Amino acid sequence: MSDEDIVFEVDDLRIHAIRDDGSELPIVKGVDFQVKRGEVVALIGESGSGKTTISLSALGYCKPGLKFAGGAARLLGQDVTGMTTEELRPYRGERVAYLAQSAAATFNPSIKINEQVTEAPVLHGTKTQEEANKKALALYRALELPNPDTIGDRYPHQVSGGQLQRLMAAMALCGDPDLLVLDEPTTALDVTTQIEVLKAFKKVIKEEGAAAIYVTHDLAVVAQIADYIVVLYHGEIQEKGPTDTIINNPKHPYTKRLMAAVRPTPAAGQGDEDTGDHGREVPALEVRDVTAGYGKGPRGGPLVTILRDINLSIERGSSVGIIGESGCGKSTLARVMSGLLPAAEGDVLLDGKSMRASYRSRSRDNLRKVQFVYQMADTALNPRQRIGDILGRPLEFYHGLRGKKKRERVAELLTLVDLRPEFAQRLPHELSGGQKQRVNLARALAAEPEVMLCDEVTSALDSIVGANVIELLKRLRRETGVSFVFISHDLSTVASFADEIVVLYAGRVAEKGPTDQVLSPPYHPYTRLLISSVPEMRVGWLEESMQTREALAGIARGVKITDIGCPFFERCPLAIEGTCDKVDPPSRKDGSGHVIECHREISELGG
Amino acid sequence: MSDFTTDKKAGHGEHYVRPFESEEIAFEELQDAAPSARFKLSVSGWIGAIIVSFWVFIGVFGPFLAPYHENDLPFPDDYSEYQAPKEGAFLGTDVEDRDVMSRIMYGAGRTIGIAFAGTVLAYFLGVVLGIGAAVAGPWVDMIVSRINDAFISLPTIMLGLVVVTAVGSSIPVLIVTAGLIYMTIVYRLARAIGMEIMVMDYVEAAKVRGEGIWWIVTKEIWPNAAMPLISDFGLRLIYVILFISSLSFLGMGVQPPQADWGLMVRENLGAFQTYGASLLPVVAPALAIATLTVGINLIVDDISAHAGGKLTKAM
Repeated sequence: MSDEDIVFEVDDLRIHAIRDDGSELPIVKGVDFQVKRGEVVALIGESGSGKTTISLSALGYCKPGLKFAGGAARLLGQDVTGMTTEELRPYRGERVAYLAQSAAATFNPSIKINEQVTEAPVLHGTKTQEEANKKALALYRALELPNPDTIGDRYPHQVSGGQLQRLMAAMALCGDPDLLVLDEPTTALDVTTQIEVLKAFKKVIKEEGAAAIYVTHDLAVVAQIADYIVVLYHGEIQEKGPTDTIINNPKHPYTKRLMAAVRPTPAAGQGDEDTGDHGREVPALEVRDVTAGYGKGPRGGPLVTILRDINLSIERGSSVGIIGESGCGKSTLARVMSGLLPAAEGDVLLDGKSMRASYRSRSRDNLRKVQFVYQMADTALNPRQRIGDILGRPLEFYHGLRGKKKRERVAELLTLVDLRPEFAQRLPHELSGGQKQRVNLARALAAEPEVMLCDEVTSALDSIVGANVIELLKRLRRETGVSFVFISHDLSTVASFADEIVVLYAGRVAEKGPTDQVLSPPYHPYTRLLISSVPEMRVGWLEESMQTREALAGIARGVKITDIGCPFFERCPLAIEGTCDKVDPPSRKDGSGHVIECHREISELGG
Repeated sequence: MSDFTTDKKAGHGEHYVRPFESEEIAFEELQDAAPSARFKLSVSGWIGAIIVSFWVFIGVFGPFLAPYHENDLPFPDDYSEYQAPKEGAFLGTDVEDRDVMSRIMYGAGRTIGIAFAGTVLAYFLGVVLGIGAAVAGPWVDMIVSRINDAFISLPTIMLGLVVVTAVGSSIPVLIVTAGLIYMTIVYRLARAIGMEIMVMDYVEAAKVRGEGIWWIVTKEIWPNAAMPLISDFGLRLIYVILFISSLSFLGMGVQPPQADWGLMVRENLGAFQTYGASLLPVVAPALAIATLTVGINLIVDDISAHAGGKLTKAM
């Protein structure tokens, strides 16, 4: 290995945080690794492990409150840790480019895309506007963006999220950087979109001959894109090595733990076992013929209809998973159930009795029985209230508990979600992400509900923390007998928890039934697409999956809500022209509660 | 097993494993974010704090410490019209032969006191209406906001002059006028902050729990709105000081023979132009206004830097 090949090298890098009293807390504790030309090195670890901090050192940047405390980060042989902003200017955007997690936040909404993509090289004077335009066009083609010739003339809001993510890659690569730093670039995307973005990144990095640092907590993604993996915990490297070795032959217990947290690919037989003592009674919660949307349209209906003719029932003590891509109406459905969004038509029934559509007119007891758990614990917990007050309020409000009784119950609830009772004294920002999510769950449990609506409760969490929360949910369900509605875009999470699955597409139920049956043939074509999009943790999966017709069907199409016919028509590999786009699909039932809404016969959907 | 290395300096492509003691290591969940830094004054912030405390001290104790009463004529035998600094009158005497320093010391309490009371009133009204509009819903918000917009479009000084001319100038009138005029801006800020908090999940969670409006406002919204509003208070105080001083300068604020900084500038400006004597009686009160407002500004800068730009975003 010749030294010229090394684009970036981290040599015993140490970064410290400066505390209020001036003392220093080591965040990165002597890290060594190298990135060669044409190679992707993945930094993997949970949040707080220092992976983003290390990756930012490639730009000579330290977040406020941190400082370089030792060692070196050498970009093309030059140590960038001690440089001033002036000295760094020729490097940033020219030699090294940074791709943030959210493309939406990276693009200026009021400037056309092409202008933003070509800005850096033109500003640095390395390319004329014309050369930059040419380069950008080549990148749009390489990234397989639709209409590469004209996409640059659009504004950021006129392209989809996955496209914007790829355009951000074009922006980073336009100046021909030697090193690319990618910080969780696919974490916020749907599985179906994630595949295409990953594929595009991989291809373009190879073609451009750039080196890349890929920061993520998702091992399955890393297996697809990285050549070399660095596993971080507590600011130290626990293990590093070629991707093959780390994936197939991990040695360090932490790496093994990370592997264990990766949920298996969804398949039949994974669902939580049915508790069995339900089925004959009235369901805990039932949704009947619900149509809902936003705004007020003519003739009294909603202006934009999101959900159409939704029917589902949640048996007592069962857990129902609702899945679909973003924009399918999953959260809208949960909001209808909780009364936050009154349904335009149809009924929501609790214990067989119809509830008022809006939470405003529901009785306090109805409100207590249906509890909503928000996705982002950060915004769901009032930052100025102590945990004890957050949990104590529903106890006082619904059950009239006060003083010592209330404190005791708060302690019980904290213990129930595996937190120490002393946490009652803390403020939310003094907790980690997973702990906050536990408090969030405990608050809903405090009401002693019959149904808990969990909206993407693990989506914002790291894989290990998320896996722990799922374990907690399983235990809570066994111990409390509460019914759970579990909403997620992550099929493997739902598969590991739910005993029934409802697949939503564009506001309609595409398929529903017991978990095992939904996850085994016959499939609705959309379910099949979702299943095939979940990354498998083995090298080479990405290339294989791109060959399947499901993946090809899913590419570059967003969810589109239609008034008639099957909304999946445009993306469906089995679509029948003239039927699927004109006539609502019939419900194909197999008698055991498994329903597929499709024009194709069950026999055509198998295998 | 030697298919991996435990040497930290492992070369590229090698498989490095950090030495570990047992397979069963307890991995605790890592804290997400560094704890937020405590508020600290910068050097300029300290300078501001010293200046402001100096003026507040003078404002409270000035009348007791001043060498003369604000309307004393300490040099009865001196017939010159306009006086440069001299023994016993460090900043000179004014157009009426009164000691300038004593008048500044008497005026400090009046200027700062009126401005402070006016700002408190503006805040009380603005916050109640602003948060109220954010909570009450689109219709109330629409009506209150449009009325507010109408008032905000009037030039403050003009409006002040009209009110004072109509009802006559007195200290309570000045306080109420300043309070009402600056309430419009506080209303906008409070409403913006309130709106931002209203859409937070924790407020929605409280609503779905069935909480009443009083709980939502006092327990969910107010504790989160207080900090950014308090950091704006200093800034608003500066505007009110300048407003009161401007009114006094125009002769519509504090009435002679009471001392007020704005009024002093005006009284002595005429004499300076006519007789061309010492500039100090004009400059000294102007400088007092300037140092006080700059001092407050220096502190506010530190506070809004600490709030992390939240304040500017809300405005």
